[in-house]
Amino acid sequence: MEIKWYIFLSVALFCIGIIGALTRRNAIIVFMCIELMLNSVNLLLVAFSKMHLSGMGAGFPQYATDAQLFVFFIMVVAAAEVSVGLAIIVMMYRNTHSIDINFLNRLKN
Amino acid sequence: MDVTQILFWFLSALAVVAAVGVVVSKSPIYSVLWLIVVFFSISGHYILMNAQFLAIVNIIVYAGAIMVLFLFVVMMINLNADAEPAKHIYLKIAGVIAGMCLMLVFIAALGHSDDIKISLAKGSDIGLIKNLGKALFNQYVIPFEISSVLFLSAMVGAIVIGKKDEPQNKPII
Repeated sequence: MEIKWYIFLSVALFCIGIIGALTRRNAIIVFMCIELMLNSVNLLLVAFSKMHLSGMGAGFPQYATDAQLFVFFIMVVAAAEVSVGLAIIVMMYRNTHSIDINFLNRLKN
Repeated sequence: MDVTQILFWFLSALAVVAAVGVVVSKSPIYSVLWLIVVFFSISGHYILMNAQFLAIVNIIVYAGAIMVLFLFVVMMINLNADAEPAKHIYLKIAGVIAGMCLMLVFIAALGHSDDIKISLAKGSDIGLIKNLGKALFNQYVIPFEISSVLFLSAMVGAIVIGKKDEPQNKPII
């Protein structure tokens, strides 16, 4: 399998996430689209790890390990981000009784 | 056509279809369920690429923990079906066109890269938990500890944000 199919798959998932974040107004769905973008980047990192392992002469196994640990840390950051972000969404619903993100266009007052 | 290639195309089509389902579905609960399908297909890709530890962690953390959090919030908020007011149709078209332009730019920039083959059939033990654990606790100890501090601060932040306001502090919005 060539590396460019993995690149195309990741680009497709990332752009679907961007389209969702631009067109939807529900804050939860926008948040899920951000998760989708993070996962597409993770998929591309694992594909490049596999490429360093088996494609380019298999000379750098250390790079493959580094890439997979990088994916692990991205997952850690995503989990922390989700906990704080969902708390913000719940607080926003408690104050406005809606999760429309257009309520957030006025940060003053 | 190899069996790994058939699996690759099947999982890719499943991931893209489920991602479109996340974006276009009306109710947030269907979006959550489609997103679980995306995560499982991405885990399938990880297993195809010999990243077994990451596949299991992806299922446990994303499809297990994070999606359950999303489901909790969706059920707690108890949205009606028409809670989301329709965005202006021109804004939707503009968003879709912007995303498509970005995809076009990416594909035009990356489509002529070198054709490096990944041999999916050849296995390796890089993705096993033994190798990754050795690297994590020797080379990456400092980032590991810093991420534990990050988790602690995220937990404190979630509790502080989610706490009810005192009665004298009126909600501002």
